[in-house]
Amino acid sequence: MSIQVLSAGPMLTVQDAGRSGLRHMGVSSAGPIDRVAMALANALVGNNQGAAVLEFAGPCGSFRSNRAVRFAVTGADCAIRIDERKILPGESHRLNPGETLTVGVPGGAVWAYLAFSGGIETPPVLGSRSTHLRSGVGGVEGRSLKAADLLPLGRDDPDAPCLRIAAGLDHRSLGTERGPIRVILGPQDGYFAPEVLARLTADDFTVTAQRDRMAMVLGGVQLPAARGHDIVSDGTVPGSIQVPGSGMPLVLLAESQTTGGYPKICTIASCDLARLAQMPVGAHFRFAVVSRDEGEDLWLLQQRKLRVALDTLVPRPRDFLHSEYLLSCDLVGGIYDPEEVVRPVPLHQQEADT
Amino acid sequence: MILQLGETIDAGVNARIIALASRLETAVDAGKLVGVLDIVPTYRSLLLRYDPEQVRGAALERMLRDMGDDPAGTGAPARYWQVPCLYGGEIGQDMDELAGMKGLTTDELIAIHSGTDYRVYMIGFAPGFAYLGGQPEILHTPRLPKPRQNIARGAIGIGGQQGNINSVAGPSGWRFLGWTPVRSFDPARAEPFLFRAGDHIRFRRIGTEEAHELEARSVAGETIITPQQALT
Repeated sequence: MSIQVLSAGPMLTVQDAGRSGLRHMGVSSAGPIDRVAMALANALVGNNQGAAVLEFAGPCGSFRSNRAVRFAVTGADCAIRIDERKILPGESHRLNPGETLTVGVPGGAVWAYLAFSGGIETPPVLGSRSTHLRSGVGGVEGRSLKAADLLPLGRDDPDAPCLRIAAGLDHRSLGTERGPIRVILGPQDGYFAPEVLARLTADDFTVTAQRDRMAMVLGGVQLPAARGHDIVSDGTVPGSIQVPGSGMPLVLLAESQTTGGYPKICTIASCDLARLAQMPVGAHFRFAVVSRDEGEDLWLLQQRKLRVALDTLVPRPRDFLHSEYLLSCDLVGGIYDPEEVVRPVPLHQQEADT
Repeated sequence: MILQLGETIDAGVNARIIALASRLETAVDAGKLVGVLDIVPTYRSLLLRYDPEQVRGAALERMLRDMGDDPAGTGAPARYWQVPCLYGGEIGQDMDELAGMKGLTTDELIAIHSGTDYRVYMIGFAPGFAYLGGQPEILHTPRLPKPRQNIARGAIGIGGQQGNINSVAGPSGWRFLGWTPVRSFDPARAEPFLFRAGDHIRFRRIGTEEAHELEARSVAGETIITPQQALT
C-alpha cells in the first residue's frame, strides 16, 4: 500500500491542508500554495479535500505503486505518461502495479498537484502531514522527496470510478477569475506616502524569478516607505505584502515565517493569492484595492463555486469508451454523443436531493 | 485582522496584548468564539486569522471592541525558566569579539548576560523561537551586515536590543555568545514548545561536562528544565 518514488524533481513535497492554530508558537501553516487545485486533485480520486498529496514546481518525477490506485494531476497542464501512454491532466486515471507513472513540468502555471486515491499517509507532525522545508517537519523527514522514497497510502475503494469535472469547467482556472489581484490595505499602509500608495494600483507589477514556497519578490514598481522599512516585528499571514529596504514588494506564501519586521503595505485577498502565485515569471499584473468585507465576500463566493465544482464531478467517459466497449456498441447505426452514451450522473446528487 | 496597542517595544503593552490573547483563547476553548483559526500575540499587536464562513470580520471587530482592554492583565501567570548556557566555544563564536567591542573581559560579559532577567516578548519567525527583551544596553549590538548561513539549534545570541535562543538550525545575522542543550522546539516531544510569550528567562553558566550530560538527556527526548512561577 505505497507509492515508490523512482525519480523526483527538485521541488516535490508532501502537502495536506496545513497546520492551523500554531502561528503563536512560530509554526508556519505550510500546506498547498493553490488550495483549490489541491482540493480538486483530491476530489478526483475520491479523497477528502484535506488529504495529503504531492505538490511540485518544475519537473515532478516518476512513480510506481504496489497496488492499483487512481491518481489525478491538477493546477497546471503537465505531460503525463503511464509507461509510454499519454494521459490528460484534470481527471483521474488508474495506475496498475508494474506500470510507471511519469509527470513532467507544469505548463502555463507554476504549482501543480498529484493526488493518489487513499491519500498519502506519512506520519503527521503537529497535526499535519505538510512539509515545512525551513523547519524540517512533516512529509518525509521534512524535506523535498528524492528517488527511493516510499509514500504509504491510506485505504480507498478499489472499484470506485475515475472522474473528471463537469463540461464547461476548466481544471486550471477553477474558482479563479481574470482581472487585477485584489488587496486589502494595511496594516502598515500608513508608512507609505499617498503617491506611493497610488502606484500600488496604477502601475504594472511583474513576477520575478525570486520565488519559492515561502515568498515571491515582485518587480516593476518600487514602493519606498516614508517612515522607513523597519517596524517592531508583528504578525504576518500568507498574502501579506512586506516591503523591505529595497522597495521591492515581497509576497508571503504558504511556508512564510509567522512574524516579520518590515512594513506590510497590504494583504492579498485570500481568493486571489493562488492566482498570483501561479503566474509564471515575467507575467505582468495590477493590484486593485477592496475592503475587508468585499475580500470576505469574494472568498465566500469562491468557496461556493469550489463546492459546486467538486459536487458535480462525473465518471470519466474514457472508462466506458475503451475498445471492448466500443466493439460491443452499434457504431454504424448512428452517431452517439459520448455524454449520452454514459449518461453521467453527478456524484452526491442523491444526497443533495434528500 | 490586527489589533495594535503600540508601535514600540514596551513590557506593559506586551503584557496587555498577551492578556487579551489569553482571554480570546479562553473564549475559543469555551465555544464562545467560533471561526478564529489563529491568535498570535506579538510585541505590540495581536493578529487574528479567521474563517469568514464562520465569523465575519466586522462581527469579530465589534466583539473585540466590546471585550475592551484589560490594563491589569489577567493572562496566565508568568513562568520563570533557568536555561543552562555553555558560553563561548564553537557555537558561541562571537563571545570574545563581543567582550572586546564592549571593553569587558569575557567573565564580565558572561556575568552581565547571565545576571539579566529576560522577558519572552513573543514566539515567532520559526517554531518555538523566543524573542527576548530586557537586555542591558551595554549588550545591544547591531546585526552582522551579512547573515551566516548555518547557526546551530540552541545558539544563544544578540540582535540589536533583543536576545534569542535559536530553536532550529538556520541562517542568522545575529551574534552568538553561547549554546544551550535545551531544545525550545522538539516536534517528537509530548510538549513540542517550551516557552510562551510572557515567560521570564535567566541564563545559568555551565561547563562542558554538564553541557554534554544535558545534551545526552535532551537527545533522548527528555525535557531537561521545568519552569517555576515568576517571582515578579
